[in-house]
Amino acid sequence: MKSLGVKNLGVKGHGVKGLRLPSKWHLVLLPMSVVTVLPFVWMILSSVMTQGELNRFPPPFWPEGIDLGGYRTVLNGSNFPRWFLNSVIVSGAIVLAQLALCSLAGYAFARIRFTGSRITLVLVIATALIPFQLTVIPTFLIFNKVGLTDTLGALIVPQLSSAVGIFLMTSFFQSFPRELEEAARIDGCSRYGVFFKVVLPVARPALAALAVITFITAWNDLFWPVVAINSDANYTVQVGLTSFQGQHRADWPAIMAGTVLTTLPVLGVFLFGQRRFVQALTGAVKG
Amino acid sequence: MNSTAPALGRAAVGHRQPRDRRRLADNVAGWTFAGPASLIILGFSLVPMVWALTLSFTDSDLQTPGRNVGLANYRALLEDPVFFQALRNTGLLVVLYIPASLIAGLLVAVLLNRKVRGIGFYRTCFLVPYIASATSAGLLMGYIFDRDFGLMNGLFVKLGLPVQGLLSSPSQAMFVLTLIFFWTRFGFAVVIYLAAIQEINKEILEAASIDGAGRWTTFRHIIVPSVRPMTLFLTVWGVIDALQFFDLVMTTTKGGPANATVTIVYYIWQLAFNYFTAGYGAAVAYVLFVGTLMLIVGGFLIARRKGAMA
Repeated sequence: MKSLGVKNLGVKGHGVKGLRLPSKWHLVLLPMSVVTVLPFVWMILSSVMTQGELNRFPPPFWPEGIDLGGYRTVLNGSNFPRWFLNSVIVSGAIVLAQLALCSLAGYAFARIRFTGSRITLVLVIATALIPFQLTVIPTFLIFNKVGLTDTLGALIVPQLSSAVGIFLMTSFFQSFPRELEEAARIDGCSRYGVFFKVVLPVARPALAALAVITFITAWNDLFWPVVAINSDANYTVQVGLTSFQGQHRADWPAIMAGTVLTTLPVLGVFLFGQRRFVQALTGAVKG
Repeated sequence: MNSTAPALGRAAVGHRQPRDRRRLADNVAGWTFAGPASLIILGFSLVPMVWALTLSFTDSDLQTPGRNVGLANYRALLEDPVFFQALRNTGLLVVLYIPASLIAGLLVAVLLNRKVRGIGFYRTCFLVPYIASATSAGLLMGYIFDRDFGLMNGLFVKLGLPVQGLLSSPSQAMFVLTLIFFWTRFGFAVVIYLAAIQEINKEILEAASIDGAGRWTTFRHIIVPSVRPMTLFLTVWGVIDALQFFDLVMTTTKGGPANATVTIVYYIWQLAFNYFTAGYGAAVAYVLFVGTLMLIVGGFLIARRKGAMA
């Protein structure tokens, strides 16, 4: 009876909902979120202004027209396309390597009983407490010794695997039911076969979360690339943009255009994979 | 291997053999799967960690091996005004940032924990500054807070307020940087708190509202205690994060004006890679590391004692 009543009210209820005033919470939430993202809105607006507009004081908020001079300066007047490509190569390699190595390791720590597994896992996770500024000088010396400084390789190798990635994958596999794998083992599938044919396909949500968080971290990294890279041609987009700003101090439209282009890839990946990103941050990746 | 074993032992051996073989197979598989990833992490953290300690007793300049100078670096540190300035600047950041991010994070998380239209949009907005790189955030905010051309001073002028020094003022720059740092980071606290609030048992909240508990009572007596583990986590994480403050300094003030925004990690970078006094830089890094550990362990002990008394 009750459900019938609700159903009958459906049309009317819908009409009432359509007429209902928006929640009063919008009065709090809207201004707060606008203030939070306003700098980014202005980043885009100022990237299409002219130098004349931006060197005025006080600066205008809205552009008078759309001027792409800033984009031309940063794309034609600097190595920006090369830096962008370098960042794509470095972040791409790091993401692929971590997907492979961290999922293998996470699976082993969660499922296989092998000597020394517990102590290794504890050590690996404890390294998250070692700050990079402590290890950066010797790490530079290591890469200097093998002649890898000032190459993209120096940026990729230390990030091939990560404590966060292993932690994420281990806890994902621990929370995952064993039945599927056991059935496959009984059917005569090897450990390796089970991993590639049975486990990896079901681990897709965790892999997506790991990929999103790894990409954003790798793309945004500044400290190590600043230390490891010297020549302009090997800069990542973050280092390149910082040096570009040093050389074009007054050309704010060009700097803002570069900032927009640098932010777009992470923004795109974030908007596309927001749910997975949040799951990775809260460590709660489920199927 | 056991094919020549006497018949007498065969039953026992036959029983043990598959298990041994299985254990061997598990070890091979385990280390094949977990070895490479673990080796890379441990190799790039434990080896440099020990090496940094030995470096801190030398006068290494990154090029030549460096001579042993004993504790000279640590002694020099006690008389280094820039080190103490960096310590003060970083301390100010920690003291302002931690409470601000915890309070703002929890309040925004509570606000975001409701079913209104467009809530997904709001949640996204608060995370955007967190995912943007420090380079983007630094260049953008460096411009907005620029003394001569910035939007912020433009706003002050329009409101009839005097123009401020902002990032060019030795007394204001570190506060402005703290504000920028807060803006780029507090989205993390929002995400963590929001996830914790969503885990709170609905029945408890309903019971409270039936008992006539108001919003403030619910917040004070149910939400705050329920998310306490997250508060502890965010405090530890925030201290580590704030003590490593580097990128935004690099992309805005470069430590200036007059060392007003030199943080410890920025100073370590300058020492090692600008002035080529890597041994001294390693010593500063070790002091920061040990200090952080003591801070965290001390905090845990205090929190535990409080918990035991409560």
